[in-house]
Amino acid sequence: MNGARVFVVGGVLSYRALFGWMQPVVYVPTMLGGPLFQILFFAYIGRASGVESDAFFVVGNAIQVTAMAGVFGVAMTVGGERWTQTLSLVLVSPANRFALFLGRALPLIVNGAILSAFGFVVGIAFLDFELAPSVLPALAACVLVTTASCTAFGFIIGSIGLYAREIFVAANLAYIGLLLFCGVNVPLDELPAWMRAISEVLPLTHGVQAARLVADGGTLGSVDGLIVHEAAIGVGYALAAYFLFRAFEAAGRRNATFDNY
Amino acid sequence: MLHTLRMIRIGWILQLKTMARSGFDVMQAVVTPIVYASIAFFLYRRGGGAETLLWVSLGAAFMGLWASTLWGAGNTIQRQRSQQTLEFTIASPTPFLVSLIGTSLASSTVGLYSLVATLAWGRLLFGVPLELAHPFLFALSLPAAVLSLGLLGIVMAAMLILYRYAYALANMLEYPIWLAAGLLAPIALLPDWVHPISYALAPTWGARAVRESVLGGSPLFAIGMCLALAAVYLVIGYFFVRNFEQLARKRATLALS
Repeated sequence: MNGARVFVVGGVLSYRALFGWMQPVVYVPTMLGGPLFQILFFAYIGRASGVESDAFFVVGNAIQVTAMAGVFGVAMTVGGERWTQTLSLVLVSPANRFALFLGRALPLIVNGAILSAFGFVVGIAFLDFELAPSVLPALAACVLVTTASCTAFGFIIGSIGLYAREIFVAANLAYIGLLLFCGVNVPLDELPAWMRAISEVLPLTHGVQAARLVADGGTLGSVDGLIVHEAAIGVGYALAAYFLFRAFEAAGRRNATFDNY
Repeated sequence: MLHTLRMIRIGWILQLKTMARSGFDVMQAVVTPIVYASIAFFLYRRGGGAETLLWVSLGAAFMGLWASTLWGAGNTIQRQRSQQTLEFTIASPTPFLVSLIGTSLASSTVGLYSLVATLAWGRLLFGVPLELAHPFLFALSLPAAVLSLGLLGIVMAAMLILYRYAYALANMLEYPIWLAAGLLAPIALLPDWVHPISYALAPTWGARAVRESVLGGSPLFAIGMCLALAAVYLVIGYFFVRNFEQLARKRATLALS
């Protein structure tokens, strides 16, 4: 019961705190302007290079921008605690760690789904891209699963923030790494074998593939293998992140690094 | 005049040292351009020849140059705000514009690394040849591009004096300028209404100058445009800095972070 309270109250407070500084004047250019121009940029490169259609780039990038909420959101959640010097207070509390950080993840997943929906709207409004209303539920499932797995991946980065100060370096590397490795803009068969092997264990790769098939008229049943694969990767990262959190928390206590910023 | 040049040089050196100490700045300069260049190479190598790949390589190099300028412009004043040194810098007898010129030019100078790294990355991993059609004009086009980008950075930075959230706008301007300047997709593909914006941007002419001096053509006009735009940005930057500084003093918002 106490865990559920920590999950709900902690998550709501954390998200409100995130938006304490992220006012609309910051949210709109960062969270909406960024994805808008990212999608347009890659779609025009696609047109110039003659590789793939607008739909390929719209779907790939509309799914990938969920990583903005997942990876950067988590980095800001942990990094923000460090800057406001509340990290040690949070970690000295007896609260269940799993409930504590899961509560912080849920609003980020919702935010990621909103960003993704915005990305699809951008594609429909400005590019040669259409979506049949019948595919929307299946597409929403792809978006939610992928956003959740990206957020789990983001918690790996967040755990580093318990120990290291330059968390945004790691977050940025992770974000652009996903852009390169996961078949977002470059078809997977264009990548060298070693990059394809890495993409298999990263979030996004299977979610993007599933979303492309669904946007092309496929059913949820036809992509269930990809969705399950994406979800399994997310669960794997969530577990790894939990243990990393505990390990870095212990290291942070030992070395008294929580208040370094 | 000598005093001004000395202040610009000191600001330039200090900013270079500051950026070299920041993990984020180093990553922004080292890794980001290589990642974007790789995406571009993978996309263009399917249908493009060696010349196309070199065109792409130079465009990707300019992406790093612009990213570094933009990040430097957005971050310099934010950093001074958070370190609570902005008021002292503005209150000092040296005009704030002079201080900004040094720091902004340093950010574009760091961006030159992106150019070298991207070209080397393309050569080593994707076999993109690098033969200069006009070596002398290439040597001339680089400083002209850095100067014009650096002074465009001042216009961006000036907005941050008054609007503390302008950094969010600055962060957003990476992709649109890459797109409008035709760095990886020709400007001709963009809607007509975008073209005037493209021609008012330093990266458009900087990339054109470098591309024409490497691939062949007449880069002198583009170099001239870089210098002309640099002068225009300097004038705009001067008025922005003067007016925004006065407004920020009146509203007492300089120290707000």
